[in-house]
Amino acid sequence: MYKIKLVPDNTAIPFLKYRMIAFILSAVLILGSIGAFLTIGFNKGIDFEGGILIEVGTETAPDLGDMRGSLGGLGLGQVALQTFGSDTDILIRVQRQEGDASAQQEAVTVIKQQLASDFGDEISYRRVEFVGPTVSEELVIAATEAVVVAVLAMLVYIWLRFEWHYSVGAVIALVHDVILTIGMFAITRIEFNLASVAAILTIVGYSINDTVVVYDRIRENFRRYKKLSVAELINLSINETLTRTVMTSVTTLLALVALYIFGGEVIRGFATAMIFGVIVGTYSSIFVAAPVLLHIGLTHQKEEEDGFAGAERADGDAEEKS
Amino acid sequence: MNRFPTWKIIVVAIVCAFGILYTLPNFVGKSALSGLPDWMPTKQVNLGLDLQGGSHLLLQIDADTVKTKMMDSLVDGVRDSLRQQGDNVGYRDLGHDGEVVSFTLRDPADEEKARERLSDLSNIMANGQRDVVIASDEGRVTLTPSESAITARLSAAVDQSIEIVRRRVDETGVNEPAIQRQGTDRILVQLPGIDDPDRIKRLLGETAQLTFHLVDLTSDVGAAGRVPPGSKRLPSIQEDGRTYIIKSRTMVSGENLEDAQATFQQGQPVVSIRFDGLGAKQFGRATTDNVGKPFAIVLDNKVVSAPRINEPILGGSAVISGGFNVAGAQDLALLLRAGALPAPLDILEERSVGPDLGADSIAAGEIAGIIGIIAVAVFMIASYGLFGIFANVALAMNIFLIMAVLSVLGATLTLPGIAGIVLTIGMAVDANVLIFERIREEIRVGKTPLNAVNSGFARAFTTIIDANVTTGIAAVILFVMGSGPVKGFAVTLLIGIISSMFTAIMLSRMLISFWMQRKRPKTLEI
Repeated sequence: MYKIKLVPDNTAIPFLKYRMIAFILSAVLILGSIGAFLTIGFNKGIDFEGGILIEVGTETAPDLGDMRGSLGGLGLGQVALQTFGSDTDILIRVQRQEGDASAQQEAVTVIKQQLASDFGDEISYRRVEFVGPTVSEELVIAATEAVVVAVLAMLVYIWLRFEWHYSVGAVIALVHDVILTIGMFAITRIEFNLASVAAILTIVGYSINDTVVVYDRIRENFRRYKKLSVAELINLSINETLTRTVMTSVTTLLALVALYIFGGEVIRGFATAMIFGVIVGTYSSIFVAAPVLLHIGLTHQKEEEDGFAGAERADGDAEEKS
Repeated sequence: MNRFPTWKIIVVAIVCAFGILYTLPNFVGKSALSGLPDWMPTKQVNLGLDLQGGSHLLLQIDADTVKTKMMDSLVDGVRDSLRQQGDNVGYRDLGHDGEVVSFTLRDPADEEKARERLSDLSNIMANGQRDVVIASDEGRVTLTPSESAITARLSAAVDQSIEIVRRRVDETGVNEPAIQRQGTDRILVQLPGIDDPDRIKRLLGETAQLTFHLVDLTSDVGAAGRVPPGSKRLPSIQEDGRTYIIKSRTMVSGENLEDAQATFQQGQPVVSIRFDGLGAKQFGRATTDNVGKPFAIVLDNKVVSAPRINEPILGGSAVISGGFNVAGAQDLALLLRAGALPAPLDILEERSVGPDLGADSIAAGEIAGIIGIIAVAVFMIASYGLFGIFANVALAMNIFLIMAVLSVLGATLTLPGIAGIVLTIGMAVDANVLIFERIREEIRVGKTPLNAVNSGFARAFTTIIDANVTTGIAAVILFVMGSGPVKGFAVTLLIGIISSMFTAIMLSRMLISFWMQRKRPKTLEI
């Protein structure tokens, strides 16, 4: 039976040879992302910015220009309109109103009255959301904490299971992925909301998963091949796990693309971020996480001294192959 | 190892049976559930408000009001303790600034006596501290409520508000509302099936403190005149700009109501109320003593109306008329029945989803899930052949297990939760990919099929654990620190991680063992 093989057997791609190119590429992307974040910033959704979001369904496609004029004349500040998935599905976003939460609520009432007079019965409310200023500030803090705590938790776990070189390498790769994802949100203008934070944390989880698989093999090969140089070992390990890395990325991407195409408008931003994150996470475990070990001084001796903390094996035939 | 251990077979069988059995009710309509045999589970996955449609309101109690009320009642307590029949302790400047109650003794020598009188106001709380700290300095006495006493009062006010909110929401006939405390001063209200919560928001926006006062006729004050002590000026609810001067002392309050109903009087909508025993007695006495004088019906510091007392009202019933329309009378009756809130509630956040959008989201999620599964399954077979089929059985079982665990836990499935399941579909095969790739490597170094399979599983094991624990950590942090829909995503992701480890390590291994025992292959096609 014919089988798809995305990666041929026994590859020996000299990944480490290209590491400087990869490092420069990553550095440029990181600087670009930080620059984009600082200059353009996020297109923050109401979760983090406060404000009002109303999704309405109409019977016939309305004239967005007329609608904008009608709602813009209400004195509520910036009103943004866009179609959402179909011509008869309109997303109305209104900036956060001055004052406390009740000001947001009054604005919702004003908008609904205006829409009722413009459209009569031909309109239905699919979604009405408003977030007051206190809540949005808290959500920003909670989201930032969540990402920082997650990265620190990974650092500690890898430190315990491997040793410090690996945890430093993994965290460098993680921070790399998070910053690039942040840059992606800034550049694409995809709305940054609570689901985006969930996406970032999932990317953190996915990327570390990929990295750990490669690290696991590096650690194993350290014990198996005492004579190979560290660079050769790392390169071998990346090649040995390459099929798996690619396979898992492909299956995950298949599911995510299905989600992107068929999952509906609300989930599309999330799916886009995840697709980007999976690609970046895969790249970083091969070109960042593994090569960086070489530069933070992982050696044979180091591995012996630290005594394979927690590296007990499920079977005892580690030396059999060599 | 040739045979797959019997105990493991039993474990796998039980877990899989559980997964399928507890997923099944989700395919049955709600009405058909009762028709199932008794032994069948009937729990379905809870759909979040974003999927079934509904409204989510986050309310915050006005802490300042709670605190002011607490200080006001402390001032009343001080006044009552110092003024005692025949043995008054003289004082002046009694009042509070929002933090501290203070007064000055007319005779500084009374300090000891005053402190003793006030000692009843300061009690020891459960944590060993005093709730009110009393201090005095040269005739100036201060009473300061402790931080924890204020917190306790706020907490009690939130509890009381939750009860009142529940009663009000129940009165409107919403199905299965969820009302719970969040943090120290917030209340989360979830109303399934309500996509336009305007009426409920209006109802929750009223504190509905109803009181009856005598109108102060002694002072002949104009709109700008000075209000005599013991009286206050309140605006009319009906006529803009009109005010009434009423006695601050309440004749009777809404706490003593037994019932309130919207009815008609002379063709006008009115609210008829009935007092309880104590309320009827108080109201009877006050109306007997003041025949011919007007009294004011006050709702949330606004005068609804001020009718004249024509005769003593002894039956404990009265009618509130105030130019209501029918809906207004019905809402007021509802609020009076449910009781007053201890302090106003602000709506901090609202998220309402119409039923159409919810249904669209479920349909889109289902399609994305099915297509995702098919794509992954086809790719696995194309890559691993027969072993891909084993992995796909594990994948399918995985979906059942996630649905079953969600049903049993009563966890809520949200739109991000569906995204979590679809993502899990892609990531779940990872454990099997790790194992299969190991087996391929073992075959390449020349191991027999049996040895290759055994050491493939064994060697992949620690990698699978490490890789999944790290993703699991991210999911746990999302669950703990995330809110609402994001929690739903974390739950499905976490369950997915655990079930995918189980299905890869136990279920697909069992399938492979059975197959190898039957076929005893000389070479492995993987």
